[in-house]
Amino acid sequence: MSALRTPFFWGLLVLLGGVGLLPILNGSDSMREDIFLVLMLVILASSINIIMGYTGYVSFGHIVFFGLGGYVAFYLMLNHQVHFVPAAVVGGIVSSLIAFLLGIPVLRLRGAYFALATIGINEVVRSFVTNFDPFGGATGMFFNYEVYNGYGGSKNALWYAYYAILVVALLCAVSSLLIKKSRFGLGLLAIREDQDAAQVLGIDPARSKVLVYTISAFFPGLAGAIFFFKNGIIEPGPAFDLLRSIEALVMVMLGGYGTVAGPIVGAAVYEQLRAFLITNSTFSSFHLFVAGFLLLLIVLFVTAGLVGWLRQRAPRLRRYLE
Amino acid sequence: MNIDALSASIVDGLMIGFIYGLAAMGLTLIFGVMRVVNLAHGPVIAVGMFAVLLLAQNLGLNPYLGLVIVMLLGLATGIGMYFIAVHRVIDAPELTTLLATFSVNLMIIGIGTVLFSTSPRALDVSLGSVRTGAVTILGTKLVADLIAVIATVGLYYFLYRTRAGKSVRAVANNRAAAELMGINSTWILALSFGIGIALAMGSGSLLATLFSFTILSGTVYEVKSFVIVVLGGLGNPVGALLGGIVIGLLEGLATISPLPVGWVPVIEFGVFVIILLVRPTGLFGAR
Amino acid sequence: MILQVQNVSKRFGGLRALENISFEVREGEIFGVIGPNGAGKTTLFNVINGVYPPQEGQIFFRGQNITGLPPYRIARAGIARTHQIMRPLGELTVRENVTVGACFGRESLSLGAAATVADEVLTFVGLGGKAGVLASKLNAAEKKRLELARALAARPSLLLLDEVLAGLNPNEVADMLAAIRSIRDNGVTIVMIEHLMHAVMQLSDRVFVLDHGAQVSEGTPQVISVHPKVVEAYLGDPKLAQRLLEGLE
Repeated sequence: MSALRTPFFWGLLVLLGGVGLLPILNGSDSMREDIFLVLMLVILASSINIIMGYTGYVSFGHIVFFGLGGYVAFYLMLNHQVHFVPAAVVGGIVSSLIAFLLGIPVLRLRGAYFALATIGINEVVRSFVTNFDPFGGATGMFFNYEVYNGYGGSKNALWYAYYAILVVALLCAVSSLLIKKSRFGLGLLAIREDQDAAQVLGIDPARSKVLVYTISAFFPGLAGAIFFFKNGIIEPGPAFDLLRSIEALVMVMLGGYGTVAGPIVGAAVYEQLRAFLITNSTFSSFHLFVAGFLLLLIVLFVTAGLVGWLRQRAPRLRRYLE
Repeated sequence: MNIDALSASIVDGLMIGFIYGLAAMGLTLIFGVMRVVNLAHGPVIAVGMFAVLLLAQNLGLNPYLGLVIVMLLGLATGIGMYFIAVHRVIDAPELTTLLATFSVNLMIIGIGTVLFSTSPRALDVSLGSVRTGAVTILGTKLVADLIAVIATVGLYYFLYRTRAGKSVRAVANNRAAAELMGINSTWILALSFGIGIALAMGSGSLLATLFSFTILSGTVYEVKSFVIVVLGGLGNPVGALLGGIVIGLLEGLATISPLPVGWVPVIEFGVFVIILLVRPTGLFGAR
Repeated sequence: MILQVQNVSKRFGGLRALENISFEVREGEIFGVIGPNGAGKTTLFNVINGVYPPQEGQIFFRGQNITGLPPYRIARAGIARTHQIMRPLGELTVRENVTVGACFGRESLSLGAAATVADEVLTFVGLGGKAGVLASKLNAAEKKRLELARALAARPSLLLLDEVLAGLNPNEVADMLAAIRSIRDNGVTIVMIEHLMHAVMQLSDRVFVLDHGAQVSEGTPQVISVHPKVVEAYLGDPKLAQRLLEGLE
């Protein structure tokens, strides 16, 4: 827990919390929506980083936990009138549970095989939900406006969703830091570097990997629950959108693989960039191309990402920038 | 069960299976030689579709003649792609090459959407049809299958009978040892990538003679290719053809089975994950 | 007896890597393992520390049957090893590498305690000044020492050393020999694979000879260096044996 006494921890809390407070202070709806999205992406990117950046397992289909959490929570809210906070927690727990069960066989695969398997799992779940009537099949589920009455109307519900995503984003970032700075996290980093050598040093790779995969599925589950609560409608396509998963991977790479701050910086920068490209008249139609081109430049020339690059350039910063 | 319907769906599934197999072959070749999963595979297939369309519309070229040109273009494009996006990171961890090829995916889709929009296009080809009993076979499908088989045999011949092909296999087996034997591995890797892309674009051209398409159509075949490639063994081109036939048959039979069509992808991807877990070398994997 | 290897065999497909191997290692000794390339020495280590389970035979560590246990259980029981082909955790610092050893080794230390142990061990192997450097940036000799430090940090009761002297210059060899002696003097039993004959003969209390996966001989360095089968199968040159014995004084 000594990680909680570092300047980085407080800086992280103040910065992320400060940005999170902005829309609450000035009450702006549009700013709230923008920052909601960034916080959600921070959660997705940080969670992927916990499994991918620390352990070296590229979870391409990580979005499956976002969708599962969303569906479970939505189902509970819609059919059993569960309040959205406990529903979201159940969504997160179910995501974790499924990650635990899947992780036991799937994490035995290495490299590209694991990455492909996670894509496969996402596709299985997506096509299953598309045919699963209790979840509304291909058309999904949607709220009547009455659901929001329990939260003081739909306008208030949007604020609740915002507070919730802010809390989850902070929890996720702090967990990411605690994991990285713990004995458990050191074991994960050893697995990432050389799994066989780690095992000879006394680390049980299977146990560590399953545990970290379970943790990394919890936050996207919560985020999905909150996002679709706010949305009022959930469909298989947006819930299990592989492209969103891959975008989150890009954010991790952009910010810095294996660092705590990287995914947060990456999510913020990526979202700003995307918003700029879409609204800019010259780039709007080429925004995908530009995004691809930038990604290629990062992958080829700044492999460590923005935060990683800073850490390499200024080793003295390492104490302050995890 | 109705025998006519059964035989019709089996023949249908078999015929489309060959083309699925061809589509997956490029992906598996690239993986086999350099352990790179090409995430630009789908858009590359779509480029093949549009390339043959443009050749037919603007130059009035016969699609099957166009196919040859498209594959040559694919070879050049693939070699270019290798040097631009892959070569620098060829020894980096999987994630890096996955993202590098995904960035190419984004660029192709980005430009493609601007140039061609996302409204469906179709190539106007008709070769009549052959009818035996209850089974009707479109001439275009027959020719496409024939080409898929020729391409597979050609690839096999190339890999096992030519000097360059043997170098490809040597590099796939052990790059460091191949280099010691005097093989220029960089060029072999580039060539293999080029052949992989040529096969993908070629399969796109053939698919364009059968179905209407958009710039996003490749994605469907990309995901199918993943399943097929795993079924046939990652890195095994002949396995890909067999895997394609299995998936084609599965889809064909699903149309007449009591199971709703929507469940087919559940089964396909379920099989995909299970094979990865229990037999990652594929059903037909020799290694 | 700290380690008992009983009738162990290991085959890879048709290749017999180890055939009916038996020996015992006493508490506190340095036990040398020699044999030509491909004799099965590293395979022997892999079988002892659980990387490959043997097809036949059993291995006891302090009277406890450890046959077929996974490597991490064996590491926690108190057996540490170094690798002939060095395996640094490249993107971690030297200190972090050694901390991993201390954290997950026999004593399962907390992160804080492990870091203290890491610093002690790094000073002992002479890498104190490199603690903050990424392991991938070390040169070959430093990586060797890192391997040793990582294994020592686990506070093992039995240490398996796989060619820690290979590739070192004479000065470095002398330093390493002194280090190995001092490790033994601190109560750690050592099994070492080594190619440098004069080093093995000087250091070992007993020597075990492997050839083509089979046990050739076992005994004190004096006995081994004149054993006809060893001279023929391994040393080749009788005069070499003489010189080695002279080296023993």
